[in-house]
Amino acid sequence: MPPFLYIFLGALAIVSALGVIVQRNPIHSLLALIATLMTVAILFIGEDAVVVGFLQIIVYAGAIMVLFLFVIWLLNLQVETGPTGHLALKLFGSLAAALLATELFFILAPSHLQVKFTHEPVGYGSLASLAGKLFTDYLVAFEVTSVLLLAAVVGSVALARRLPGTDDPRAARKTAS
Amino acid sequence: MTIELIAGAIKAILMILAGLSLSLFLLYFERKGSALIQDRIGSNRVTVTGLGKRMGMPNLGIINTTIADPIKMFTKEDFIPAGADKFLHTLAPFLALFPVMITFVVIPFGDTIAISGHHIDLEAANLNAGALYLLATIGLGVYGIALAGWSSNNRWALLGGIRATAQMISYELAMGLAIVSVIMTFGTLNLQEIVRAQGGVWFGFLPRWAIFTQPLAFILLLVAGAAETKRIPFDLPESDSELIQGYFTEYSGGKQAVFMLTDFAEQALVAMLLTTFFLGGWQIPWLLRDGFHLPGGAFLALPALAVSLMGVVAFLVKVVALCMFLGMVRWTLPRFRYDQLMRLGWKGLVPLGLFNVLVTAFVVVATGRVQ
Amino acid sequence: MIPLTYMMSLSAIIFTIGVAGVIIRRNILVMFMSIELMLNAVNLAFIAIGSRLGSMDGQVIVFFVMTVAAAEAAVGLGIIISIFRNRETVHADDLTLMRW
Repeated sequence: MPPFLYIFLGALAIVSALGVIVQRNPIHSLLALIATLMTVAILFIGEDAVVVGFLQIIVYAGAIMVLFLFVIWLLNLQVETGPTGHLALKLFGSLAAALLATELFFILAPSHLQVKFTHEPVGYGSLASLAGKLFTDYLVAFEVTSVLLLAAVVGSVALARRLPGTDDPRAARKTAS
Repeated sequence: MTIELIAGAIKAILMILAGLSLSLFLLYFERKGSALIQDRIGSNRVTVTGLGKRMGMPNLGIINTTIADPIKMFTKEDFIPAGADKFLHTLAPFLALFPVMITFVVIPFGDTIAISGHHIDLEAANLNAGALYLLATIGLGVYGIALAGWSSNNRWALLGGIRATAQMISYELAMGLAIVSVIMTFGTLNLQEIVRAQGGVWFGFLPRWAIFTQPLAFILLLVAGAAETKRIPFDLPESDSELIQGYFTEYSGGKQAVFMLTDFAEQALVAMLLTTFFLGGWQIPWLLRDGFHLPGGAFLALPALAVSLMGVVAFLVKVVALCMFLGMVRWTLPRFRYDQLMRLGWKGLVPLGLFNVLVTAFVVVATGRVQ
Repeated sequence: MIPLTYMMSLSAIIFTIGVAGVIIRRNILVMFMSIELMLNAVNLAFIAIGSRLGSMDGQVIVFFVMTVAAAEAAVGLGIIISIFRNRETVHADDLTLMRW
């Protein structure tokens, strides 16, 4: 990819990420997060990680964000009016973030990073090589991940279901009044 | 290099224009075709000069449906309901249209064409992971509908939006499983390669279309595709008799036109997916690159350009036939109830899809080769 | 290929924006979205280094990180729904039951 495209995508990613934390409407934050995810996916594809880039769009931007959207609907979150936290929190938070950024720049500065670009093998980033690695070197992790997903499904259903008649304060108020 | 860029741009524009004109044709077929199926006449009054009527020709209603109706829709007042989120309300139709339009560019519509020594592949973007791109863009289609339902500040729109979102993400899974079975049969993600592998014959006369090796996946993709595009019998999100117009109740004018365009373009897209994966895309049976190799042993030689153009025409014929089939299904079947729909998706199609993937995997490993 | 410093600095900036989001915003859902931002920044770093070393390990790790993020999102959102059912709020400053 030509460098100007990288710079454009990087700027877009940073602007969208800022949009996530700045917006007052949670759905606008969600849209900004989707924009960030798509930009990062295009950067993945630019780095020759084609299958992982498309998987990012399919899984992250296409499924997980829909889950977020459903929860925002379910909780009926409106635009946040009024003050959102103390000014001191915002000030010290931004200061801490700036310090973290400076420290990361020092760690990742060019004189420390000496990763030479070796050539990519044929079929790098294709589905065949990803599957080859997954099913040979990382087989145990792959199988454990399937159990993890099962646990997540059972856990989220158990957490979010409504036990009939017990702990629902709004229903209790309605029946009381 | 530049000629490939220019050719790619022209092909992309051609495919998007083809998608739009197919949508227009489908709009006409919805009005007139549905009228014929339901034993009524449909629109037959609008004329421009009245010449045809004076000459005694029947009025087919083409001008009304394809010219007058769109003009009316685009010139209507465009209002945003009070209390609605203005930004999201305006963004939603285009967010719904965008993934559908960009999916058209990976569909192969012909074999190569040789222009001044360059071989140009008749597919706007020959991606090596074309099938993954398809799944990604189909998954993005949820957001326009969801935001349209939410941002309208209207309880029927919200209900329609929620139902549509749940339906679309449920049937995406079945579509993905059907496509995965076809990918396993052919061993490649590249759509042009999948279509090319469907040339040739078995037993001397049967074309190598994937519908013969994967009939269950064809039915799965047909049903799941119809459900994805919210066609009847799966059109509960926009059920006209219950939810006014579902998730686009509060839309008028140009934005409603964009939503309807999305509806028809998605229908055309599902038809294109079915032809690419199962009906051999642009392949005509018994037609190879140099001419017809008929099963009796006859051979008819044809120039390469004619073969390519016949492939494009064959692709269009197959797509239009499938679109008309989907339209006829629409005007024949009643609508599913919501729980029946969800039950069909999760308890019917997904286990069938998984079973199909399992059987395909066994067969591919046992025979040791792909098609 | 584009110099590695560019990709790593982009990853660092997005990570820092995520950290700032978790600290500054008090809405639990926005904090959760900032956590997803942090995960994406790390994914970007993995892919960038992996492609320069010519090794597929980076992509496999990103695959697993994505899966774990999906599982974590499902369970975390279930927890948020439970909290909302019991406390009627998603503002982190109102959840002070366990404070001294």
